[in-house]
Amino acid sequence: MIDKRSPQLSIYQYGVQILLYGLLILYAVVTLIPFLWALSASFKPLSEIVDGGLSFMPKQFTLENYGQIFQQPLFLRWLLNSVVIAISVTCFNLLFNSMAGYALARLRFRGDRLWFFLILAVLAVPAQVTLIPTFLILKALGWLNSYQGMIVPGMVNAVFIFMMRQFFINFPKELEEAAQLDGLNRFGTFWHIVLPLAKPALAAQAVFVFMGSWNNFLLPVVILFDPEMFTLPLGLNTFKGQYISYWNYIMAASMVFTLPAICIYAFFNRYFIQSVTFTGGKG
Amino acid sequence: MVGTRRQPSAKHSVGEDIAGYAFMLPTLLVLGMFVVLPILYAVFLSFQNVELLGDIQYEFVGFRNFFRLVGDDRVWIALRNTAEYVAVVVPVQTLLALVLAVLLNSSIRGKHWFRILFFLPTVTSSAVLTLIFMWIYNTNGLLNYLLALFSLPTYNWLGDPAVALKGIMIMNIWATAPFYMVIYLAALQDIPQSVYEAADLDGANAWQQFIYITVPLLKPVTFFVVAMGIIGTFQLFDQSYIFSNGTGGPNNATLTIVLLIYQYVFRNLQMGYAAAIAFFLAGIIVSLTLIQRYWLGQETPD
Repeated sequence: MIDKRSPQLSIYQYGVQILLYGLLILYAVVTLIPFLWALSASFKPLSEIVDGGLSFMPKQFTLENYGQIFQQPLFLRWLLNSVVIAISVTCFNLLFNSMAGYALARLRFRGDRLWFFLILAVLAVPAQVTLIPTFLILKALGWLNSYQGMIVPGMVNAVFIFMMRQFFINFPKELEEAAQLDGLNRFGTFWHIVLPLAKPALAAQAVFVFMGSWNNFLLPVVILFDPEMFTLPLGLNTFKGQYISYWNYIMAASMVFTLPAICIYAFFNRYFIQSVTFTGGKG
Repeated sequence: MVGTRRQPSAKHSVGEDIAGYAFMLPTLLVLGMFVVLPILYAVFLSFQNVELLGDIQYEFVGFRNFFRLVGDDRVWIALRNTAEYVAVVVPVQTLLALVLAVLLNSSIRGKHWFRILFFLPTVTSSAVLTLIFMWIYNTNGLLNYLLALFSLPTYNWLGDPAVALKGIMIMNIWATAPFYMVIYLAALQDIPQSVYEAADLDGANAWQQFIYITVPLLKPVTFFVVAMGIIGTFQLFDQSYIFSNGTGGPNNATLTIVLLIYQYVFRNLQMGYAAAIAFFLAGIIVSLTLIQRYWLGQETPD
């Protein structure tokens, strides 16, 4: 009976395979079209854009849009602001979240459970509730329009503290005990033994924190209003107001902003996927 | 989860206490300063009338901010827009994520590359995506060009109140579904193949296996995806802000609750009232999550 059915089955399976590939390719096209359309616009002169049309290949290839946006006095400054803030936020998060996660997983100190549950509770607080007071606190500190105003409130992240705790709980204890016998203190053990072995978890965390900060819009729109201090998302939004219907410039600026993120993603994509499943499936 | 802990009554050594608090110090300071303090401050603010001219001045107004909210048309418009947005986006993006994950989980070649590609919108900034889509939605933009090509009706996507919010919905479904797809995909890979083999022997076809095996086994993940989806979509802000230049227009069609809070803080300088609206939003999000948990009869996955 199996023999009779199998040739039919394989034709059926062949059809299924074609259907699967068809659907996946269709969705790949749907995913890519907006990016490719923006990329092609960034290389087209304005006249070609105004004409409309469906050509993804620029008829008149030009780099003039990119030249134009880099001549904008503030564009490089916005890029620098975004880089400084995103890198600082990422470094602080890696260090502080790991420290807290390690303490909660390994050290038995008074109140450890209380702090653990408080950190879990923090996860449930919507950002809007804390937004207005955060603005007022930063104002009182004189930190509006500053790097520290963008960096300090985001230096730790409860999601990743929780993730690091879960990671360290499953970490072999023997290495740390050996290090302590060798005379390393708690922080020395953490710095020289634990952190280097936590690289996969740190990488997953780094890409997520970096992207979150790089793409953040709500906090900067609330606390930055001096154009000199803008990050690129805010700058892009200003660009949009300044160059209404100069879509070639706006798309070129968007591409410059997207490129670093896509490069990081291209190199570290497995960590992205890992951290989604880590925070998602097991969070 | 608590397996590696020592017995709870174990004595704390002073050395461990010091080390523990030293490791926790940055976290406690930052969370205290920028989460715990702001929550308490927000509670305080919501009962005050705040004047922000020069120095901050407070005037206690009791529950007046909350009463005012009930009679504020713009709150209800924002709530209706946001609810409509959540009601469309969450089911569609969840279903799309599930379908994409199941397609990717089948035995095909190159699934790694498809996954990398599909995930691309998730790593792109909301500001960039919004600008790209605004250009595509332009009256003589790509979308209308394609619609006209198939002789479908075209719209002024950015300027017509009837379709502006739908434009944001389409964009965000496209942008967030891949994120949840990855979560589903991880869960699918945890389902043992033997379950499907047993179903094969029982004569269940692919569709029956999907409905009677895959979907029920994914229920905890679906709870998580829907809960995350509700929390995320209720906080819609960036896209509406960029679409409408912060106005929530055309004709309040893209006004969301978070955008309204922003407007009350920075255009009308009414921080106390804005804090009350923020608590109203938090209340909605928490109740919906609880209702949904009860409805699905499921705890969060561990």
